[in-house]
Amino acid sequence: MHIVLNGTPTEIADHSTLADLVAHLALTEQRVAIEVNAELVSRSTFASHTLAPNDRIEIIHAVGGG
Amino acid sequence: MAIETSVTDSLIIAGREYHSRLLVGTGKYKDMDETAAAIAESGAEIVTIAVRRANIGQTPGEPNILDVLPPSRYTILPNTAGCYDAETAIRTCRLARELLDGHKLVKLEVLGDEKTLFPDVIATLKAAEVLVNDGFDVMVYTNDDPIIARELEAIGCVVIMPLAAPIGSGLGIRNPLNIRTIVENAKVPVLVDAGVGTASDAAVAMELGCDGVLMNTAIAAAKNPVLMARAMRKAIEAGRDAFLAGRMPAKRFASASSPIEGLFF
Repeated sequence: MHIVLNGTPTEIADHSTLADLVAHLALTEQRVAIEVNAELVSRSTFASHTLAPNDRIEIIHAVGGG
Repeated sequence: MAIETSVTDSLIIAGREYHSRLLVGTGKYKDMDETAAAIAESGAEIVTIAVRRANIGQTPGEPNILDVLPPSRYTILPNTAGCYDAETAIRTCRLARELLDGHKLVKLEVLGDEKTLFPDVIATLKAAEVLVNDGFDVMVYTNDDPIIARELEAIGCVVIMPLAAPIGSGLGIRNPLNIRTIVENAKVPVLVDAGVGTASDAAVAMELGCDGVLMNTAIAAAKNPVLMARAMRKAIEAGRDAFLAGRMPAKRFASASSPIEGLFF
Protein backbone atom coordinates (compact mmCIF):
# COMPACT_ATOMS: atom_id res chain seq x y z
CA MET A 1 0.00 0.00 0.00
CA HIS A 2 0.93 3.59 -0.51
CA ILE A 3 2.04 5.83 2.38
CA VAL A 4 3.91 9.12 2.65
CA LEU A 5 7.05 8.66 4.74
CA ASN A 6 8.84 11.85 5.79
CA GLY A 7 7.29 13.58 2.80
CA THR A 8 8.28 10.88 0.29
CA PRO A 9 5.68 8.60 -1.38
CA THR A 10 6.54 5.05 -0.32
CA GLU A 11 5.13 1.53 -0.88
CA ILE A 12 4.92 -0.87 2.07
CA ALA A 13 3.21 -4.22 2.68
CA ASP A 14 -0.52 -4.10 3.40
CA HIS A 15 -1.49 -4.26 7.07
CA SER A 16 1.99 -3.26 8.22
CA THR A 17 2.29 -2.04 11.78
CA LEU A 18 4.48 0.87 12.81
CA ALA A 19 6.82 -1.65 14.44
CA ASP A 20 7.11 -3.46 11.07
CA LEU A 21 7.96 -0.19 9.34
CA VAL A 22 10.54 0.78 11.97
CA ALA A 23 12.17 -2.66 11.68
CA HIS A 24 12.12 -2.47 7.85
CA LEU A 25 13.93 0.86 8.04
CA ALA A 26 16.48 -0.59 10.52
CA LEU A 27 15.52 2.06 13.05
CA THR A 28 14.50 -0.28 15.87
CA GLU A 29 17.58 0.52 17.92
CA GLN A 30 17.50 4.21 17.11
CA ARG A 31 16.04 6.96 19.25
CA VAL A 32 13.15 8.22 17.11
CA ALA A 33 9.65 9.56 17.62
CA ILE A 34 6.80 9.09 15.18
CA GLU A 35 3.67 10.93 14.12
CA VAL A 36 0.97 9.38 11.98
CA ASN A 37 -1.25 11.96 10.32
CA ALA A 38 0.12 14.68 12.61
CA GLU A 39 -0.75 12.71 15.75
CA LEU A 40 2.00 11.47 18.04
CA VAL A 41 2.16 7.68 18.43
CA SER A 42 3.77 6.41 21.63
CA ARG A 43 6.67 3.99 21.19
CA SER A 44 4.87 1.49 23.40
CA THR A 45 2.08 1.17 20.81
CA PHE A 46 4.19 0.78 17.63
CA ALA A 47 3.49 -2.95 17.52
CA SER A 48 -0.28 -2.55 17.81
CA HIS A 49 -0.60 0.46 15.49
CA THR A 50 -1.63 -0.84 12.06
CA LEU A 51 -1.00 1.56 9.21
CA ALA A 52 -3.65 2.49 6.66
CA PRO A 53 -3.26 3.45 3.00
CA ASN A 54 -2.25 7.09 2.48
CA ASP A 55 -1.10 7.53 6.07
CA ARG A 56 1.35 10.40 6.42
CA ILE A 57 4.18 9.28 8.67
CA GLU A 58 6.85 11.49 10.16
CA ILE A 59 9.85 9.83 11.79
CA ILE A 60 11.98 12.35 13.63
CA HIS A 61 15.21 12.27 15.57
CA ALA A 62 17.49 14.69 17.42
CA VAL A 63 19.96 16.86 15.51
CA GLY A 64 22.32 19.65 16.54
CA GLY A 65 20.56 22.95 17.03
CA GLY A 66 20.60 26.14 19.05
CA MET B 1 37.66 37.62 58.58
CA ALA B 2 36.51 35.24 55.92
CA ILE B 3 35.80 36.78 52.56
CA GLU B 4 32.29 35.98 51.54
CA THR B 5 32.28 34.17 48.24
CA SER B 6 29.36 32.53 46.58
CA VAL B 7 30.34 28.89 46.76
CA THR B 8 26.74 27.69 46.58
CA ASP B 9 25.57 30.02 43.82
CA SER B 10 23.59 27.56 41.77
CA LEU B 11 20.99 27.98 39.04
CA ILE B 12 17.68 26.22 39.68
CA ILE B 13 15.56 25.35 36.65
CA ALA B 14 12.35 23.35 37.06
CA GLY B 15 13.53 22.13 40.46
CA ARG B 16 16.92 20.93 39.27
CA GLU B 17 20.19 22.48 40.39
CA TYR B 18 22.93 23.48 37.94
CA HIS B 19 26.40 24.79 38.63
CA SER B 20 27.01 26.23 35.16
CA ARG B 21 25.14 29.31 34.01
CA LEU B 22 26.19 28.82 30.41
CA LEU B 23 23.74 26.89 28.23
CA VAL B 24 24.86 25.98 24.74
CA GLY B 25 23.38 24.99 21.43
CA THR B 26 24.73 22.12 19.39
CA GLY B 27 24.24 23.41 15.84
CA LYS B 28 26.66 24.74 13.20
CA TYR B 29 29.75 22.80 14.34
CA LYS B 30 32.15 21.28 11.80
CA ASP B 31 31.53 17.75 13.05
CA MET B 32 30.50 15.76 16.11
CA ASP B 33 34.05 15.73 17.53
CA GLU B 34 34.20 19.51 17.50
CA THR B 35 30.70 19.68 19.01
CA ALA B 36 31.68 17.41 21.88
CA ALA B 37 35.02 19.14 22.51
CA ALA B 38 33.56 22.65 22.55
CA ILE B 39 30.66 21.70 24.77
CA ALA B 40 32.92 19.91 27.22
CA GLU B 41 35.16 22.99 27.39
CA SER B 42 32.16 25.30 27.92
CA GLY B 43 31.27 23.47 31.12
CA ALA B 44 27.60 23.63 30.10
CA GLU B 45 25.22 21.17 31.74
CA ILE B 46 22.19 22.04 29.60
CA VAL B 47 22.45 21.66 25.82
CA THR B 48 19.84 22.40 23.21
CA ILE B 49 18.96 20.13 20.32
CA ALA B 50 16.54 20.36 17.41
CA VAL B 51 14.18 17.65 16.19
CA ARG B 52 14.08 16.95 12.47
CA ARG B 53 13.12 14.21 10.04
CA ALA B 54 15.32 11.14 10.34
CA ASN B 55 17.41 10.41 7.23
CA ILE B 56 15.61 7.32 6.02
CA GLY B 57 18.03 4.87 4.42
CA GLN B 58 20.86 7.39 4.28
CA THR B 59 24.22 7.11 6.04
CA PRO B 60 23.32 4.29 8.42
CA GLY B 61 25.55 4.15 11.47
CA GLU B 62 26.12 7.90 11.49
CA PRO B 63 26.44 9.04 15.13
CA ASN B 64 23.45 10.83 16.54
CA ILE B 65 23.85 13.99 18.57
CA LEU B 66 22.45 12.10 21.58
CA ASP B 67 25.28 9.55 21.30
CA VAL B 68 27.79 12.38 21.55
CA LEU B 69 25.85 14.25 24.26
CA PRO B 70 24.15 11.51 26.25
CA PRO B 71 21.04 12.47 28.26
CA SER B 72 22.61 10.64 31.22
CA ARG B 73 25.31 13.33 31.35
CA TYR B 74 23.61 16.45 29.98
CA THR B 75 20.17 17.95 30.45
CA ILE B 76 18.85 17.90 26.91
CA LEU B 77 16.80 20.93 25.96
CA PRO B 78 14.84 20.26 22.77
CA ASN B 79 13.93 23.43 20.88
CA THR B 80 11.19 24.39 18.47
CA ALA B 81 13.51 26.19 16.07
CA GLY B 82 12.02 26.57 12.63
CA CYS B 83 8.43 26.73 13.89
CA TYR B 84 6.45 29.73 12.67
CA ASP B 85 3.13 28.94 14.33
CA ALA B 86 1.90 27.70 17.69
CA GLU B 87 0.60 24.38 16.37
CA THR B 88 3.90 23.15 14.91
CA ALA B 89 5.77 24.29 18.01
CA ILE B 90 3.40 22.27 20.20
CA ARG B 91 3.71 19.21 17.92
CA THR B 92 7.48 19.53 18.04
CA CYS B 93 7.50 19.62 21.84
CA ARG B 94 5.31 16.53 22.06
CA LEU B 95 7.57 14.65 19.64
CA ALA B 96 10.60 15.70 21.67
CA ARG B 97 8.98 14.51 24.88
CA GLU B 98 8.37 11.11 23.29
CA LEU B 99 11.88 11.04 21.84
CA LEU B 100 13.38 11.72 25.28
CA ASP B 101 11.21 9.28 27.25
CA GLY B 102 8.84 11.75 28.86
CA HIS B 103 11.34 14.56 29.42
CA LYS B 104 9.33 17.74 30.12
CA LEU B 105 11.85 20.56 29.72
CA VAL B 106 11.60 22.35 26.37
CA LYS B 107 12.78 25.55 24.74
CA LEU B 108 9.82 27.20 23.06
CA GLU B 109 10.51 29.54 20.20
CA VAL B 110 7.89 30.56 17.69
CA LEU B 111 9.46 32.65 14.98
CA GLY B 112 7.76 35.52 13.23
CA ASP B 113 10.01 36.43 10.37
CA GLU B 114 12.81 34.71 8.44
CA LYS B 115 14.93 37.81 8.05
CA THR B 116 15.11 38.75 11.73
CA LEU B 117 14.08 35.46 13.39
CA PHE B 118 12.33 37.69 15.89
CA PRO B 119 9.76 35.81 17.94
CA ASP B 120 6.06 35.93 17.08
CA VAL B 121 5.09 36.81 20.62
CA ILE B 122 1.35 36.37 20.04
CA ALA B 123 1.85 32.79 18.86
CA THR B 124 4.46 32.26 21.57
CA LEU B 125 1.96 33.21 24.27
CA LYS B 126 -0.63 30.82 22.81
CA ALA B 127 1.80 27.94 22.52
CA ALA B 128 3.21 28.56 26.01
CA GLU B 129 -0.25 28.32 27.54
CA VAL B 130 -1.01 25.01 25.81
CA LEU B 131 2.35 23.52 26.71
CA VAL B 132 2.23 24.58 30.36
CA ASN B 133 -1.26 23.08 30.65
CA ASP B 134 0.07 19.91 29.03
CA GLY B 135 2.68 19.54 31.78
CA PHE B 136 5.76 20.88 30.02
CA ASP B 137 8.43 22.93 31.77
CA VAL B 138 8.71 25.74 29.26
CA MET B 139 11.83 27.84 28.78
CA VAL B 140 10.65 30.53 26.42
CA TYR B 141 12.51 32.59 23.83
CA THR B 142 11.00 36.05 23.58
CA ASN B 143 11.86 39.60 22.64
CA ASP B 144 13.23 42.12 25.12
CA ASP B 145 9.78 43.46 26.03
CA PRO B 146 9.23 43.44 29.82
CA ILE B 147 5.45 43.29 29.41
CA ILE B 148 5.53 40.15 27.28
CA ALA B 149 8.10 38.65 29.67
CA ARG B 150 5.71 39.30 32.55
CA GLU B 151 2.83 37.64 30.67
CA LEU B 152 4.93 34.57 29.85
CA GLU B 153 5.87 34.24 33.52
CA ALA B 154 2.21 34.59 34.53
CA ILE B 155 1.31 31.75 32.14
CA GLY B 156 3.76 29.55 34.03
CA CYS B 157 6.94 29.45 31.94
CA VAL B 158 9.84 28.30 34.12
CA VAL B 159 12.51 30.45 32.45
CA ILE B 160 12.17 33.68 30.46
CA MET B 161 14.74 34.05 27.69
CA PRO B 162 14.83 37.46 26.03
CA LEU B 163 17.04 37.89 22.99
CA ALA B 164 20.08 40.14 23.22
CA ALA B 165 20.03 40.65 19.45
CA PRO B 166 18.78 38.59 16.46
CA ILE B 167 19.65 34.88 16.52
CA GLY B 168 23.09 34.24 15.04
CA SER B 169 23.83 37.96 14.61
CA GLY B 170 26.56 38.29 17.25
CA LEU B 171 25.53 41.91 17.82
CA GLY B 172 25.65 41.73 21.61
CA ILE B 173 23.21 43.23 24.12
CA ARG B 174 21.28 45.83 22.12
CA ASN B 175 18.88 46.88 24.85
CA PRO B 176 20.53 46.46 28.25
CA LEU B 177 17.95 48.60 30.04
CA ASN B 178 15.08 46.33 28.98
CA ILE B 179 17.04 43.22 29.92
CA ARG B 180 17.65 44.74 33.35
CA THR B 181 13.94 45.57 33.74
CA ILE B 182 12.96 42.01 32.78
CA VAL B 183 15.44 40.65 35.35
CA GLU B 184 14.16 42.98 38.07
CA ASN B 185 10.52 42.04 37.44
CA ALA B 186 10.97 38.29 37.20
CA LYS B 187 10.65 35.70 39.96
CA VAL B 188 11.83 32.93 37.62
CA PRO B 189 15.31 32.73 36.06
CA VAL B 190 16.02 35.04 33.13
CA LEU B 191 18.55 33.93 30.52
CA VAL B 192 19.74 35.94 27.58
CA ASP B 193 19.13 33.74 24.55
CA ALA B 194 20.55 34.72 21.18
CA GLY B 195 22.67 37.58 19.92
CA VAL B 196 25.82 37.20 22.00
CA GLY B 197 28.94 37.59 19.84
CA THR B 198 31.92 37.39 22.13
CA ALA B 199 32.92 36.91 25.75
CA SER B 200 32.37 40.51 26.83
CA ASP B 201 28.74 40.30 25.63
CA ALA B 202 28.18 37.30 27.88
CA ALA B 203 29.80 39.13 30.81
CA VAL B 204 27.55 42.15 30.22
CA ALA B 205 24.46 39.93 30.33
CA MET B 206 25.57 38.47 33.64
CA GLU B 207 26.48 41.88 35.08
CA LEU B 208 22.94 43.01 34.26
CA GLY B 209 21.76 40.30 36.64
CA CYS B 210 20.75 37.61 34.18
CA ASP B 211 20.75 34.12 35.65
CA GLY B 212 22.57 32.71 32.64
CA VAL B 213 23.13 32.89 28.90
CA LEU B 214 22.18 30.49 26.14
CA MET B 215 24.33 30.69 23.03
CA ASN B 216 25.26 28.65 19.97
CA THR B 217 26.72 30.60 17.06
CA ALA B 218 29.10 32.69 19.19
CA ILE B 219 30.97 29.50 20.01
CA ALA B 220 30.35 27.38 16.92
CA ALA B 221 31.20 30.13 14.42
CA ALA B 222 34.37 31.29 16.20
CA LYS B 223 37.63 30.48 14.37
CA ASN B 224 38.52 28.27 17.33
CA PRO B 225 35.25 27.08 18.87
CA VAL B 226 36.89 25.14 21.72
CA LEU B 227 38.90 28.17 22.82
CA MET B 228 35.82 30.41 22.54
CA ALA B 229 33.85 27.93 24.62
CA ARG B 230 36.44 28.34 27.36
CA ALA B 231 36.33 32.14 27.03
CA MET B 232 32.54 32.05 27.39
CA ARG B 233 32.72 29.87 30.49
CA LYS B 234 35.11 32.35 32.11
CA ALA B 235 33.06 35.36 30.99
CA ILE B 236 29.87 33.92 32.47
CA GLU B 237 31.64 33.22 35.76
CA ALA B 238 33.34 36.63 35.84
CA GLY B 239 30.13 38.47 34.97
CA ARG B 240 28.20 36.59 37.63
CA ASP B 241 30.81 37.32 40.29
CA ALA B 242 30.86 41.00 39.28
CA PHE B 243 27.07 41.16 39.58
CA LEU B 244 27.10 39.52 43.01
CA ALA B 245 30.03 41.68 44.15
CA GLY B 246 28.11 44.85 43.32
CA ARG B 247 29.97 47.22 41.06
CA MET B 248 31.24 50.63 42.17
CA PRO B 249 29.15 53.62 41.23
CA ALA B 250 30.29 55.20 37.97
CA LYS B 251 31.40 58.82 38.36
CA ARG B 252 32.05 61.51 35.84
CA PHE B 253 35.34 62.75 37.30
CA ALA B 254 38.44 61.22 38.83
CA SER B 255 38.91 60.01 42.37
CA ALA B 256 42.54 59.41 43.36
CA SER B 257 43.38 55.89 44.45
CA SER B 258 46.49 56.89 46.45
CA PRO B 259 46.12 58.93 49.67
CA ILE B 260 46.60 62.70 49.58
CA GLU B 261 47.78 62.67 53.21
CA GLY B 262 51.51 62.10 53.71
CA LEU B 263 52.65 63.63 50.47
CA PHE B 264 56.30 64.73 51.07
CA PHE B 265 56.54 67.42 48.39
